[in-house]
Amino acid sequence: MSATPAHAQTDATRPPASWTGRVREAAVAALPPEKLLPEGQPTYVASWIYVFGVASLASLVVIVGSGSILALKGPAWWHYTGVGHFFNSVHLWAVELFFFAMVVHLWGKYWMAAWRGGRARVWVTGAVTFLVAIPCALTGYVSQQNFDAQWISTQAKDAMNSVGAGAFFNLTNFGQMYSYHVLLLPAAVIALVAAHVLLVRRHGVVPPPPLEKR
Amino acid sequence: MPFAVSVGALGAVFNLNHPAHVVEWHFISLSVANVVVIGLMLVVFVVAIALPFPGAARRDAARRSEETR
Repeated sequence: MSATPAHAQTDATRPPASWTGRVREAAVAALPPEKLLPEGQPTYVASWIYVFGVASLASLVVIVGSGSILALKGPAWWHYTGVGHFFNSVHLWAVELFFFAMVVHLWGKYWMAAWRGGRARVWVTGAVTFLVAIPCALTGYVSQQNFDAQWISTQAKDAMNSVGAGAFFNLTNFGQMYSYHVLLLPAAVIALVAAHVLLVRRHGVVPPPPLEKR
Repeated sequence: MPFAVSVGALGAVFNLNHPAHVVEWHFISLSVANVVVIGLMLVVFVVAIALPFPGAARRDAARRSEETR
């Protein structure tokens, strides 16, 4: 009967030997399952301001879904067919709703001072999501493949050139703008939103400010 | 087609066949459509703060009664 090899021995107290184990332990320590998917929230979370946060998430899902269909079918489809027009409009109005809901949520969280209690990263990821979403939407305007896109791109290129960014970000280069619009900037927005939601789960929703004792 | 008819009816209500109307104030230049959206956001924000969330009072009362037990 042979003894158990040393590498097969399990010891809960032993630190993990590989980076995958270290990442797993760090992830579980930061976000245990009961924190990641809680069954309830404190009573102060019953506020319309959070409904607008969730509305932003729902709009983002519709944006990504309708945008994926538009990317699959191409400009001729979204300009010349009824269904294409429909999905083009769904995409536009989902973006309008995304910004509308996000701004209301952002205002609400600003006046609640949502960065209190070590929640600075929660606030910053939310605010930066808003900032990154702006060029994400604007590159969509110049990716339409119509006269509107031509007009916007030829006007906006002057703004880019005036600040010295024209060599890196050329609004009249459809390929570059389309790549930014369908890949780079949406990936950044989705990553920031994911980080924002996970940080909210980790730190919890900010409680109301304490009442001043008199 | 009902969809085409409804689009035509909307077009009759809102004539969009003209350059955008613009609100000018010093260096600020905003289209009327954007001003309307910003106004709507402000109204919705105030309503979202002022309007009680359904069931919030009931949940709060339940929590308080649990705390006093």
